[in-house]
Amino acid sequence: MAFLNRTDRTRRATSGVMTVLTALCTVVAVGILLIILSYIAMRGIGALNLRFLVDTPRPVGEGGGIGNAIVGSAVLLLLSCVVGIPLGIATGVYLSEFGGGLFASVVRFLVDTLTGIPSIVTGVFVYAVVVLRMGHFSALAGGIALALIMVPIVARTTEEMIKLVPHSLREGALALGAPQWRVTLGVVIPAAASGIATGAMLAVARVSGETAPLLFTAFGSRFFPRNLNEPIASLTVQIYNYAISPYDEWHAQAWAATLVLMTLILSINILVRFLTRKKF
Amino acid sequence: MSNWRRRLSPTGNTGDAIFRAAMFAVASFMVLIVVAMILALASHSTLSIRQFGFGFLTDREWNPIKDQFGALAFIYGTIVSSLIALIISVPLSLGIAIFLVEQAPYYLARPITFLVELLAAIPSVVYGLWGIFVLAPFLRVYVEPPLARWFGWLPLFQGSITGIGLLTGGIILAIMVTPIISAVVRDVLSAVPNTQREAALALGATKWETTQVVLVNAAPGIAGAVILGLGRAIGETMAVTMVIGNRPEISLSLFQPSYTLASVIANEFTEATADIYLSSLVELGLILFFVTFVVNAIARLLVWRVTRRTTSVGMAV
Repeated sequence: MAFLNRTDRTRRATSGVMTVLTALCTVVAVGILLIILSYIAMRGIGALNLRFLVDTPRPVGEGGGIGNAIVGSAVLLLLSCVVGIPLGIATGVYLSEFGGGLFASVVRFLVDTLTGIPSIVTGVFVYAVVVLRMGHFSALAGGIALALIMVPIVARTTEEMIKLVPHSLREGALALGAPQWRVTLGVVIPAAASGIATGAMLAVARVSGETAPLLFTAFGSRFFPRNLNEPIASLTVQIYNYAISPYDEWHAQAWAATLVLMTLILSINILVRFLTRKKF
Repeated sequence: MSNWRRRLSPTGNTGDAIFRAAMFAVASFMVLIVVAMILALASHSTLSIRQFGFGFLTDREWNPIKDQFGALAFIYGTIVSSLIALIISVPLSLGIAIFLVEQAPYYLARPITFLVELLAAIPSVVYGLWGIFVLAPFLRVYVEPPLARWFGWLPLFQGSITGIGLLTGGIILAIMVTPIISAVVRDVLSAVPNTQREAALALGATKWETTQVVLVNAAPGIAGAVILGLGRAIGETMAVTMVIGNRPEISLSLFQPSYTLASVIANEFTEATADIYLSSLVELGLILFFVTFVVNAIARLLVWRVTRRTTSVGMAV
């Protein structure tokens, strides 16, 4: 024991200093968060008005807005939810209900590592299998790319949430003579429903900020979307294009669009926190 | 036939058999996607793999005009920016996790945990926007000149100061991976059984000495968390693309613009008209896929080792 030959005073002082240092680390992280959020609020509020929210992009000097990008993002999110949430929940149910074997371990491992695959790689993959095959960028391809990012997140939270359902509930249903599939679908999943829903909401929040996989799948557009078979605008790609442009006016619009995006993401996160707080 | 049914469903219920088969099909689909990813990336990069071979990894020239493609500059930029990110974020995240698990009272730990996790909820492109207009000018004026003045004798801090380059990319990455590393370290620390803390305290250890005991117990998991953060830093795209300068050059100076694997794909994919150009970009994606896959696999195994061991202890008690 190395600390025995030191005096008590230095030992206590070291402990106190380390407490202060770790607290300082936390203050730095929270401080950075507050700085970023306040910059978004300050710079974003200036260019934000009703016209900006409903108009389509225009050349520099003529104003313009992000109406089509908001609609586009909504369409892309909806598409990814329709594809990604059922797939994710089903995978999660498989992992929790039949998760004992070797194959299930492989699936769990792949799902875990899939969450770590960079989203830009998912974009390249969807470009290769969807965009090249269709011959053009499309909202459909963008939705699929986002869905692929969503599935592993939903799958793992579903598995965790189902694991939290008490065994007695399951045993009670089985004792009443229900077959296993009815127990899972009729008792276990409803019991875990709110947890699964919050998991899905977090996945939506995460995916709504994705830019990289949309660059060469959904691509972008200056118009309101008319069908899923053509390129579509999104808030994130719009922010990116405006941010790297050389025009001050577009920079201001990028901040305003960011404010809109962050409002969505923060409200989902706070809502999820509020929902889970009530439960535990 | 009855044999098959028994294998599908031990309970002998037709509904069970169908349900099990359906869930199995979806799970297999997940495996299929990963296999399809590898196949698609590999098949679309065959052109470049055939032409450049392993030289692709060691060639530093990236010239779309001459159809000459090598990935070394991007590999260098990716490694250096990720290292800067880890050097900054590992001590920071350890401090945060230790504070939240070992030091802070519950009523403080909960809201602060939420705030730190919010850092992970901010999209990459937003970090990029903030990086371009706030962080880069700040570094250019207040951080890089003093660095050049005091450490200018190091090749790391020489050259012109623009605020856009490896250092800025690394710092943005550090901010982005901090919530991820600290979240995993927090889980790992909470998984260390309380008996360890009680034993240390009973022997007369101070709070920090107790924390050291906990850290030793959690070491493999902490290593896993760091590697997980590394995986995230390697694959991070938008924010880095926006602040790193996007020039395929290898320079020792951290002030100079650079390029990463992910950002060159993001930046040049839609411009790539020649087949060999596109194929080379897809090959960069393939490299990125394999590197992050391996890095994540190692990290998961390390984290599992700690959390699984301790949960089994908990179950025995």
